[in-house]
Order: sequence, then C-alpha cells, then structure tokens
Amino acid sequence: MSESGVRVVVTGLGVVAPNGLGAEAYWAATRKGTSGIGRISRFVPDRYPARLAGEIDGFTAEEHLPGRLLPQTDRMTQLALVAADWAFRDAAVRPSELPEFEMGVITASSSGGFEFGQRELQALWSKGGRYVSAYQSFAWFYAVNSGQISIRNGMRGPSGVVVSDQAGGLDAVAQARRQIRKGTRLVMSGAVDASICPWGWVAQMASNRLSTTHDPERAYLPFDGSAHGHVPGEGGALLVLEELEQARARSADQIYGEIAGYGATLDPRPGSGRPPGLRKAVELALADAGTLPRDIDVVFADGAAILELDRIEAEAINGVFGERTVPVTVPKTMTGRLYSGAAPLDLAAAFLAMRDGVIPPSIGITPSPGHALDLVVGHERTAPVRSALVIARGHGGFNSATVVRAVE
Amino acid sequence: MPAHEFTLDDLKRILREGAGADEGVDLDGDITDTDFESLGYESLAMLETGSRIEREFRVTLDDDTLTEARTPRALIEAVNALLVPAEVG
Repeated sequence: MSESGVRVVVTGLGVVAPNGLGAEAYWAATRKGTSGIGRISRFVPDRYPARLAGEIDGFTAEEHLPGRLLPQTDRMTQLALVAADWAFRDAAVRPSELPEFEMGVITASSSGGFEFGQRELQALWSKGGRYVSAYQSFAWFYAVNSGQISIRNGMRGPSGVVVSDQAGGLDAVAQARRQIRKGTRLVMSGAVDASICPWGWVAQMASNRLSTTHDPERAYLPFDGSAHGHVPGEGGALLVLEELEQARARSADQIYGEIAGYGATLDPRPGSGRPPGLRKAVELALADAGTLPRDIDVVFADGAAILELDRIEAEAINGVFGERTVPVTVPKTMTGRLYSGAAPLDLAAAFLAMRDGVIPPSIGITPSPGHALDLVVGHERTAPVRSALVIARGHGGFNSATVVRAVE
Repeated sequence: MPAHEFTLDDLKRILREGAGADEGVDLDGDITDTDFESLGYESLAMLETGSRIEREFRVTLDDDTLTEARTPRALIEAVNALLVPAEVG
C-alpha cells in the first residue's frame, strides 16, 4: 500500500477547555451553548484595555501530576500532560506496553510557557541570575509540551513542534499523519496553549486583534456586523492518532474518524494584489481527502471576528460551497480563541458531532447577511455528520484546513 | 551573616521547594546515604538545588561539588565545609 493509502484515524480525545475539563464535559457544555468566557481572574486586568478571557477553572495540577513535574512546568504544560493522559485513557492505550520508538509526539505551540517565563524574568531583573530557576532552560520553550509528554509516557519516535499560531493546531496533526504514513505506530498530536498572564497578555494585545468590550456576551462576535476582535482563551486538545488497520487490530474501543485531508497555504504579501490563500487551502484539503464540497456536512470556521478577515473567510467558504449551502459553526464563541489549541479542539468537536449527529452552535452572534453563511447560532442542529471541514488561520498569513471523515 | 550549619532538614526543604518530590520516595526516611538519582533527582534538579543552597547560605558551589556529591551526606558535608571558615572568620 502506498504511503498516501494509509488511513490515519483518531482513537482518543483529551480535552481541556474553558467551558469543560474532559472531552465529555466540554462537549455537553458546547452542545448546550455554555460559555467559558468571563472577566480575567488569573491577574488583575483593570489597567488593560482587554479584560475578558476564556479561562479554565477548577484545574489543580497537583491532583493529576507527580510532584517532581510541578516545579518544572508551566500551566500550559500541566494542562497538556493531563490532556495527553486523558487521550490515552480514552483510547485505552497504555504507552508503557508499546515500543517506545514506535510512538511520537507532535504538538503545536504559539507562545510557549509565558507564565513560567514571566516569573523567572521578574526574578532575574529584581534579584539577579542566581534566582532564575534551572528549569527556565526549557519550561518556557515551544517544544516543551511535546518533550514532557514524550518523557512522561516513554514515547521516543518521531516528535516535534509546529509554530504557526492558530493554524499550527492543524499543521501538527498533518505532520503526525505523515509520520504514521511513514510507519510510526501511534502519534499524540494536537496542542494546548495557555498564556493568560500579564506578559502573555501584552504580547497578545500587540496584534491589535483583541476585543476591548467588557461584556462577555458581546465581546467575541465572528461573522457579526459588530465584530471587533476576539477574546483569547486557554486550553486545547490532544488526540491519539493511529493507522486504521492497527487500531482495528487492537480492537480500539472507538474510532472517532479519519484525518482525511489537509491543505495549507500562506497569504501573499500585503499589497501584492493577489488573492488571499484561504480558499486554496480549503480546496487542497478537499482534494487531498478526495471529497466533493457537497459531501461536507459542517464547517468549523476560524472565526477571527475582524470584519475584513471574516469577509475573507466567508468568501472562501462561499467560493467553494456556494452561498448558504453548508452549515457553518464557531464553537470558539464559547471558549475564546485558544491559539494553537483552537483547531485541535475543533477537531475533537467535529468527531463528537459525527458520533452524536449534531452540529454544536455558535453563541451570541447575529450573522451579518452580507457574509451569506448558514451559521448554526444559539442552538445545536440535529443533522447526520459524516464529514467535516475545520479551518484555522494564524497571524502572519497562515491558512490551514483539515477534512475529517467518519470511518465505515 | 551566613547560617552556621546546613542540615538534612534544610536539604529536604530545598529539594521539595526547587524540584518537588517523587511520590515513590520517602524523603523523611533514612536517605542520608541514598544516591540523589535513586531519590528521583537528575542533574538539572541538582543544579536548581545547588543554586538555592548558594542563595540561602551565601556560598559558592563548584560545578564539581554538585556532580561529585552523589548523596545527601556528601552534599551536606561539602556545604558545611564552606560554611565553617566563614563562621570562624
């Protein structure tokens, strides 16, 4: 069988989201339209123009992780390690029972461990270099989630990290698929980001894309005529990826679906006059999946909530599918944008939508008629979901799209 | 004024604060002659531990001291050897 004939499936989900810890809690909240967006509690936000975030409440790392790991890990890594544990448990895979070089870890990251890094930089400036933790050497680093998941679970196969902002969540899963096609038995992939701390906050504000509205219900309004930026959130999802026949051979408890197609493009430089690259990324993903537009049952949109970016995304979707032809949803209206964690969370939602035959809603928005999209707003929609498209864009022109499909 | 003695309790506290503790190890048991490695502390944990001892006890530890002192007893002796002259002086 050719490499491209190898079908790569997802057999385990580990979710840490602002509106639910664990895949089932997240999914129940998402179906009901329950938001996790609120006023920032992790620091006092009064002096910042943007004061809302999708924070994860009720996560106590000590309850889930060994004491040796706590002083050496940022919050994002603690969340990622727990999400990985949950994904393994969901897949009924014990990594200790598999050959270590046949398992890899490929995650995405957009910022690294900002909270840890801020604490150590403050120690450096206020007290001196002798007060900086030895663990700062890696705890802030983009690749640290992959590294710590690898060490904790004894996974020494092809591993790495992808850094392409929000698009990275799909780019990492695509890289995981490549490695499985080349013969790796299992890859833990996806992403968890968490940088809701003053240093992380000012870095995000520099994008000029943060909503400064203080009403949680009016702050993040993708595809709404009142769109004016996004609310950041923390969390994401990790997925257990395996080759289909391998998963069947071990009688996996469930096969959520296949990573069927992927496409990625980079936007042309500003002022070039050439069209944005998003539509091409979607077309590439569909072609890679061997899927026609009419076979896609739902689109999980990127939902930048910047008027111009929303217009570009709506045009890409309508250009491929036709106006108001395919249901579109943005469950991140309940979590905020999770950066590299966003698209893996959308993949998890897409698989659960397939399982339960429902499209989760977007909340709080009044769709702008000008976008001509069939947005699923306010309440979930019952519909068979066999194939879904997930779109993710990263700051700087990254466009990625992934098609997932149910396995017969 | 430097502290006059570096004790096993000081070491255990600093290990817990800087590097955490392995659930499979009883730091309050008889660990004086147990290798740091068996206690779950790798070289980076020892680097962090050494840095915290230096800060708190105002001593300077050679890189060799940390790599050669493989047990709590050896590290406590090495640190105290640095503290005694300070007290006398």
